[in-house]
Amino acid sequence: MTTLTVILIDGIIFASWLFLVSVGLTFIYGVLRILNVAHGSLYALGAYMGASMVLLYLKTGATPYLTYFVLLVAAIFMGIVAGSFIETIFLRRVYKREEEVQLLLTFSLFLILEDVIKLIWGVSPYFADKPYALLGQMRLGGVIYASYAFLLPGIALASGAIIWFIVNRTRFGKIIISVITDREICTSMGVNVPRVCTFAFIIGAILAALGGAFTAPMTALVPGIGVEVIVLAFAVVAIGGMGSVGGAVLGSLMVGLARAAAIHLFPELDLFTIYLVMSLVLLFRPQGLFGEVEVRRI
Amino acid sequence: MSLLRKRLLTQSPMLIAILGTLIIFALVPLFIPRWGLFLLTVAWTKAILVLGIVFLLWGGLVSFGHGLYFAVGAYAVGFGIKVLGIREGLFLVGLGIIAGGGMACLLGLLLARYRGIFFALLNMAFSMVVYALLLKFYRITGGTDGISISPPTLAGFMPSPTSLRLVYYYFTLGIGILSLYGAHRFSSSPLGYSLRAIRNNEVRVEYMGASVRRAIYIAYVLSGILAAIGGVLTAFAVGHIVPEYSYWTQSAEFVFVAILGGTGSPLAPLAGSIVFEFVRNYAFKLSPYTWQLSLGIVLLLIILFLPGGLWSLTKPFAHRGTKWLLQLNR
Repeated sequence: MTTLTVILIDGIIFASWLFLVSVGLTFIYGVLRILNVAHGSLYALGAYMGASMVLLYLKTGATPYLTYFVLLVAAIFMGIVAGSFIETIFLRRVYKREEEVQLLLTFSLFLILEDVIKLIWGVSPYFADKPYALLGQMRLGGVIYASYAFLLPGIALASGAIIWFIVNRTRFGKIIISVITDREICTSMGVNVPRVCTFAFIIGAILAALGGAFTAPMTALVPGIGVEVIVLAFAVVAIGGMGSVGGAVLGSLMVGLARAAAIHLFPELDLFTIYLVMSLVLLFRPQGLFGEVEVRRI
Repeated sequence: MSLLRKRLLTQSPMLIAILGTLIIFALVPLFIPRWGLFLLTVAWTKAILVLGIVFLLWGGLVSFGHGLYFAVGAYAVGFGIKVLGIREGLFLVGLGIIAGGGMACLLGLLLARYRGIFFALLNMAFSMVVYALLLKFYRITGGTDGISISPPTLAGFMPSPTSLRLVYYYFTLGIGILSLYGAHRFSSSPLGYSLRAIRNNEVRVEYMGASVRRAIYIAYVLSGILAAIGGVLTAFAVGHIVPEYSYWTQSAEFVFVAILGGTGSPLAPLAGSIVFEFVRNYAFKLSPYTWQLSLGIVLLLIILFLPGGLWSLTKPFAHRGTKWLLQLNR
């Protein structure tokens, strides 16, 4: 098998992971116009929750094939709990404040959550690799892959499709679009805007937790896993355009493929390429590929 | 004549405050223990750096990437000693300023076009690139081990090991006071005022005929230089430099100190960083695992309930002081 195919496969796997962790970020920004720095913490919470639920579930001695379902439930549960808590108690207070205040608020939430995670789950690493080991390995043209890795594109596709369906084909999606367009008119038409915002944030939080929960079986969970995620997710979202789900697809594909290529061709430069792609895109299209130009107030 | 008098009157409260700061901090080493002196030196280096962050905040810009310039300053010292063989502290400061300023001039061309989250996170991206480079090219940079800095001479004079800390403290204090004065001049210059106007409404500033991009570019370059000076002085004081200086949590810490102190006065970052260093030291001692939590909660409380930072607490006193001075001068 040629290096090109290996790069392609690795790139697509990495891109699906990137899409999972960044789609929630871009969705939240699209609706609430807040860049949630604590997104990485939501990811970490989902990962830890998923891992400990799986371990708890396996202790009962039930069939290990349901662990995937357990991961899903853990992510949804964590997203609902953490998302509603963060939105209703903190974010709601700063919707009308300056952008830098909003950034700093979510940053302080990030600091707090990092330590809350350490307080709940401790600092020693967590292993919950049963779902990973269960699927075994598979040989693709002479290269051995863990079959679990191919689960990621599936999950990414499914969550992308669900988001698309919610926004474009449901009543709630129509309401979300009208809230994005004009909050005031929505309120006067009888839409409960704060509640829509809470739901939107919860959806974003669930997506972040989902990304974490399905990453958990692949690695050892240690404190600080959320930090890297927010940086990567931001790069993806900035490339694609803030608030655009389609942009997140394209952004994660570009970053994923670029990084896979760098790892195989110039291993020293792997992190560097991500930011190179991002800088190049932003140089020519400051609002990202699918982003809209913001009108500055007069 | 009257113009000069008016100028003196409007400027004198701040000048007196800076002079007072100099006198107080020049006398402090007589009263505090050695470890306190070290913390104070670190606090001063951070205060110099945070001044630059405050310039950007005046323009409504948050940078999550000034650790980059901090690292550039620190590694300028490292390479200056290791590669170029410079042993003189003053030259090293100059080298740090050139390195940081040059880098800021270059990146500023790109970054002065961005606002809000893009500015914040593009800065972060660049600092992470430098972090990755410092980490990966370990043959030159020492990787995660960093570089240890042997004490340089200051103006040709080599401090004895016992007086080392004291000498570096006064050196930092001197540069700190100069930076404070510079920041004060900058804040009362037309450019300083137009920066604050940009925060309120950028488009109107353009309509008035001022160049927004130029103002932001200059503020950015100045903040880069100040951050590099902070890095140089930290390298002297700590004696060891690591790639984490460019990590984004380090940059965020600078923003944190700026918000903690407030942006109302050039002295606010000093207050913020002294409180920060000492509180962190104790928080770390009391609960090593949750000091980030305490930082986060403090930041949250300040954002929600004390938007002017710690400095706004001094407002009633400062007002009274200024009034008293004006009466005295009448």
